[in-house]
Amino acid sequence: MWIRIYAVFIKELKQLSRDKMTFGMIVMIPLVQLMLFGYAINTDARHIPVGLVDLSQTSESRAIEQAVMATQSVDFIARYASIKAAEMAITKGEIRAVLYLPVDLPRRLFLHPSYDHMQMHSALTLPIGQWIVDGSDTVIASSIRVLRNMPLDEVAGHEVTQTSASFEVVQYFNPEQRTVVNIVPGLVAVILTMTMILFTSAAIVREHEHGNMEFLITTPIRPMELMVGKITPYVIVGLIQVAIILSVGYWVFSVPIKGGLFSLFCASILFIFASLTLGLVISTVVKNQLQAMQMTIFILLPSILLSGFMFPYDAMPVAAQWVAESLPVTHFMRMIRAIALREASIMLLGKDALWLAVFTIVGIIIASLRFKKKLE
Amino acid sequence: MTGKVFKEGGHLEYAIEAKGLSKSFGQHIAINQLDLQIPKGRIYGFLGPNGCGKSTCIRLLTGLLEASNGEVNILGKPLLGNEESLKQRIGYMTQKFSLYDDLTVKENLSFVGAIYGFTGKQKKARINELLSLYDLEKQTKQFAGSMSGGQKQRLALACATLHSPELLFLDEPTSAVDPENRREFWERLFDLCDAGTTILVSTHYMDEAERCHALAILEEGNKRADGSPQQLMEAMPAKVVEVSGDNLRRLKQNLIQHPDIMSAAQIGAHLRVLVKQKVANPLRFISQLSDGRVAVLARPSLEDVFVACTGGRHVD
Repeated sequence: MWIRIYAVFIKELKQLSRDKMTFGMIVMIPLVQLMLFGYAINTDARHIPVGLVDLSQTSESRAIEQAVMATQSVDFIARYASIKAAEMAITKGEIRAVLYLPVDLPRRLFLHPSYDHMQMHSALTLPIGQWIVDGSDTVIASSIRVLRNMPLDEVAGHEVTQTSASFEVVQYFNPEQRTVVNIVPGLVAVILTMTMILFTSAAIVREHEHGNMEFLITTPIRPMELMVGKITPYVIVGLIQVAIILSVGYWVFSVPIKGGLFSLFCASILFIFASLTLGLVISTVVKNQLQAMQMTIFILLPSILLSGFMFPYDAMPVAAQWVAESLPVTHFMRMIRAIALREASIMLLGKDALWLAVFTIVGIIIASLRFKKKLE
Repeated sequence: MTGKVFKEGGHLEYAIEAKGLSKSFGQHIAINQLDLQIPKGRIYGFLGPNGCGKSTCIRLLTGLLEASNGEVNILGKPLLGNEESLKQRIGYMTQKFSLYDDLTVKENLSFVGAIYGFTGKQKKARINELLSLYDLEKQTKQFAGSMSGGQKQRLALACATLHSPELLFLDEPTSAVDPENRREFWERLFDLCDAGTTILVSTHYMDEAERCHALAILEEGNKRADGSPQQLMEAMPAKVVEVSGDNLRRLKQNLIQHPDIMSAAQIGAHLRVLVKQKVANPLRFISQLSDGRVAVLARPSLEDVFVACTGGRHVD
């Protein structure tokens, strides 16, 4: 039995090493995607292009403009004479929001509680201006919403009364709130899902398409031996990719790996096996490599969108959470973030680890049962 | 169940016994009630046009396809239920090259060897033996995909016989090979046969069919005739008359209209005419029809048998 598994393993490894394109992809896919996403993805929107409608035209209005610019959240790229013109610019997509400062700005500013430190007129509070936002993009909208309670110290020219916070927030693990810290470990999960499923989903159909299968099934090889032999080389490929992503993440994006390497290794192995098995199951269902590709993408999209990679798992409705739970990537996403960022050990993540192990075993049994040593 | 069907005759004498073997794909009947008895140690041929069910039949007999009906005994054991254990004892060379193009000759052999459970020195010795037997020693490190048709075919045969099978299936083994290599290939087959291997080979070449100890002529999934080439020629349900003269093309058009003529085919300066058995004196019959051109009776060839059996529908 081991002889045959080993024979298939060596055969796959040789074929893989001779396929220069695929071999290059193993290294290039994680590198390129990491560079791209590491720099590009940022949920903390900055320098949003906005417009200004300033009806007051006073030193106060100019001071407010300066103060808003100083937050770096927005850039005033245009001025409009009227709200109508500004709204048109939002519709066209030239700007994402507009700040409207009314004619009576100095008076409103004077009456504003954070400006009026003697608290004399606070009962008559009016907002000093208005933001009109393209609310269709929730990330942009929430970034601008933060400006609602912008402190007015600089405008006032002196320390203004600060209302004391209800809660103090301490941010563990990522105090500077850099998106990339969360992205890099997540990217390990997404890239592994993609490459692992893609490799194995084509594994069986490729042998069918090249005519190798007709010979292979007249030999005494058992389906289980073929399956195990076929996925094992890709375990090594998967581990190489994990190493590439995490080391580039560490050196280029200073994303720390806080947890133990042993826990990281165990979690990765479990997930690699689960993904490879999923690919194998696909491979026994589809008829050709094109279908294998389509099925892989069908799995890949929810893996990116529902796994917690981009949007928090906890914010999804229960039904979507169930779907997410059924994907191996969700469990790995949780594990690798916990291990890499929160210094968790694999022992604390028993439930997810167990789930991946069970998924692998059930998957490989299904694939072996589905794989018939018969032609259709 | 099998005991009843295969009551008479020793179980060990036949490498392949099939009774009522049928296979249909949906509405299409690919193999229809095929009976076969192939003795051990012989080379048995399947002769038939493309699409006659030769490959399907081989796939049924190797257990790659499941029969819709009928019973098959391979090497004295019922095929059904013994597919896996029989795989150690049979070899199969597919019609299309089915080894790995991106592995070298040696790697392919080594892979197949390991699949059949060979290890270490034993495997090395067997591979070297095959490399020299099939004249592949110079190609050891060549990728299988870059080899010529003849070399590929020798490699495929080496892989199919690596585990010294008792029964070897060859599906159109020489379709991509030149005549020189074809002769060489058949020498190897007779060597294997001499060593006790039973060989079932499918072909659409007459010269190849003629080399078989016995053969079956298949058409549209039905067996039209079987026996040794000699028996088939003797038992042919037609007489062969060769006509020579001029304007043979026109004569041919006239002759094939006649209901008692099965076929007429031009071969060089002669027109080879198959006349139905019921015509008492075929020579005079043809002379009358061909305006006094020279007509002589000829010895039937396997091609004539094939044409007579398949009603001439597949050969011009």
